Amino acid sequence: MSECLLEVKELCTYFHTEAGEVRAVNGVSFSLEAGKILGIVGESGSGKSVTAYSIMQILAENGRIASGEVLYKGQDVTKFNKSQLKGFRGKVCSIIFQDPMTSLNPVFTIGFQLEEAILLHTGKNKAQARERAIEMLTLVGVNQPDKRVKQYPHELSGGMRQRVMIAMALACEPDVLIADEPTTALDVTIQAQILELMQELQKKLGMAIILVTHDLGVIADMCDEIIVMYGGRVCERGNAEDIFYNPKHEYTKGLLRSIPSIKNAKEKLVPIAGTPINLLNMPKGCAFSSRCDSAMKICLTEMPEEVRLGDTHLASCWVNVKEMMKDGGAKE
Amino acid sequence: MNKPEYLVEVRDLKQHFPIKTGMFSTTPLKAVDGVSFTIKPGETLGLVGESGCGKTTVGRSLLRLYKPTGGQVFFEGEEVTDSNMTALRKKMQMVFQDPYSSLNPRMTVEDIIGEPLDVHKLYRGKKDRREKILNMMELVGLNAEHATRYAHEFSGGQRQRIGIARALAVNPKFIVCDEPVSALDVSIQAQVINMFEELKDKLGVAYLFIAHDLLVVHHIADRIAVMYLGKIVEVASADDLNNAPVHPYTLSLLSAIPIPDPHIAHSRQRIILEGDVPSPMNLPTGCSFRTRCSYATQRCAEECPSLTDRGDGHFVACFNK
Ligand SMILES: Nc1ncnc2c1ncn2[C@@H]1O[C@H](COP(=O)(O)OP(=O)(O)O)[C@@H](O)[C@H]1O
Ligand SMILES: Nc1ncnc2c1ncn2[C@@H]1O[C@H](COP(=O)(O)OP(=O)(O)O)[C@@H](O)[C@H]1O
Ligand code: SF4
Ligand SMILES: [Mg+2]
Ligand SMILES: [Mg+2]
Repeated sequence: MSECLLEVKELCTYFHTEAGEVRAVNGVSFSLEAGKILGIVGESGSGKSVTAYSIMQILAENGRIASGEVLYKGQDVTKFNKSQLKGFRGKVCSIIFQDPMTSLNPVFTIGFQLEEAILLHTGKNKAQARERAIEMLTLVGVNQPDKRVKQYPHELSGGMRQRVMIAMALACEPDVLIADEPTTALDVTIQAQILELMQELQKKLGMAIILVTHDLGVIADMCDEIIVMYGGRVCERGNAEDIFYNPKHEYTKGLLRSIPSIKNAKEKLVPIAGTPINLLNMPKGCAFSSRCDSAMKICLTEMPEEVRLGDTHLASCWVNVKEMMKDGGAKE
Repeated sequence: MNKPEYLVEVRDLKQHFPIKTGMFSTTPLKAVDGVSFTIKPGETLGLVGESGCGKTTVGRSLLRLYKPTGGQVFFEGEEVTDSNMTALRKKMQMVFQDPYSSLNPRMTVEDIIGEPLDVHKLYRGKKDRREKILNMMELVGLNAEHATRYAHEFSGGQRQRIGIARALAVNPKFIVCDEPVSALDVSIQAQVINMFEELKDKLGVAYLFIAHDLLVVHHIADRIAVMYLGKIVEVASADDLNNAPVHPYTLSLLSAIPIPDPHIAHSRQRIILEGDVPSPMNLPTGCSFRTRCSYATQRCAEECPSLTDRGDGHFVACFNK
């Protein structure tokens, strides 16, 4: 078995708001092995970003990790002090966002910002940092890197900026790269460039990646393991084969039915009924129960437990429990 | 007189925006640079291409939200390029991408849908107005009880329904839909796509359906036009475009779409385009795609390829494919 780098255990992250406590992440667990790409997918508001920010410890001020652990090589990151966190962020675990402008400073050159990141985490001197900056830009496919280091973020295209962000995130060779919707703001041909680059770099540098996205197409292309989130919970997990060809949670099934694909161009799409998640008004039982066509009585009142359906495949849906009991009953 | 074959016909449409480049100089930004297409009654033409290629500008110029700097627009065989805006609005309407900013949050659903009825004086008395509004609401799947609620109380998918109810209120034959589902989550997106398709079947309305998601467009459109830097580079039936694409840009666009099917995703070859899209203020000579095209030859730098018929209404603008 491969080395487990990062383990998230029963993570609960809540936000304090005027309207009440928003339970954005509610008992999320997963583990990430070295060199793997883990995808987190779900519609907006399902808690994907908050999960990512909880790992990085970069929550908004009104947010807190209410319970649970984030273990890096066995050490709980949520208990880290400032200096431990400084060593963790960037060096061990880096994050890139949908909009690179949120982390690039418009008033400094690309080169300056890259060098700063390198100086912060390594013992390199200025000249070495500049060299490393150019090396990183070359690695991520930025052309004319010695010219680019003198440019400001606004002088670059969206795709170029995302490459610079990746260069910055990887400059200190982290073990884990978290990419939160890294290509959502980009056009498809540029998205393809960036995804290809991430795959290439992953092979070359061997880091693990947590890829957060709402796009099932991106997930299908990129991920070894997949977590499907809904309403702050993991509703299903498995490899690509499990999730795309043998979905077991009613939400995953619904998602796959509702997307236009090459195959269903002539058919009517089957939407998921109802309106999106409202975290302030969650059902007592399964988070998806208010929109689920297969919901039974128990779904409304009791939270389904995660059930193992195969070597790699788990789902939290009462339908599976019911079927297992039926099968079990038949055997006896 | 026999009916014209086309509901909408666009000939060589141009929209060049003058951009200030110095104290006394301007440079034209060629957002739309000679676009021609036709749409039959009840037909859906999909318009795809990457951001900045001019899709929205085509839609807005058609509806005279901008005055085109060149070309002609015909509606039911009659030239409307210079006709009066209000008259035009009764025939063509537009639905926008962002249901959050295109609806006034302080207006009730009733007032939003009623506004075009008021403008075009399309009712007799209060009762008739209310009936018409409730009809529209039912048509797009909105609950009649919601008539007195404010736009900001609704989710994205619901707001998009309000937007289309408003567009439909004047009973137009043609609607420009500018990325109407792009801002919605997939589960809600499917609801709205189905609604567009149902309305088309029920009312026989024609759409220019603008989107950057080719899978969505393939689902909803009868024909698809692919734009690159202000020009249409390929037009074909939705199936032909997907099964037998010809233009090098279409090929790479199709190969770049993330497909939610791991077997297909892993078995196909991505055609990765080099570099970025050039600026519409400084277009390459000849074919605009040549700077990123792997088939480009000397001729592509010298001449601009025009759309030519490859049979069965499949048009392609390329010298080498
Ligand atoms: N700072 C915050 N204050 C209050 N609620 C928040 C805050 N940040 C996130 N949330 C809420 O947490 C939920 C999950 O958000 P997020 O993780 O960003 O979703 P996703 O990334 O899956 O779209 C959402 O309902 C969001 O509104
Ligand atoms: N009102 C305007 N003034 C100047 N330039 C514009 C204006 N509207 C659009 N553009 C430019 O025209 C080009 C096409 O834009 P647009 O039609 O919005 O593209 P799309 O909808 O395909 O993303 C872009 O380069 C854009 O910056
Ligand atoms: S005309 Fe030339 S440059 Fe343009 S797409 Fe065809 S081969 Fe490529
Ligand atoms: Mg997010
Ligand atoms: Mg647009």
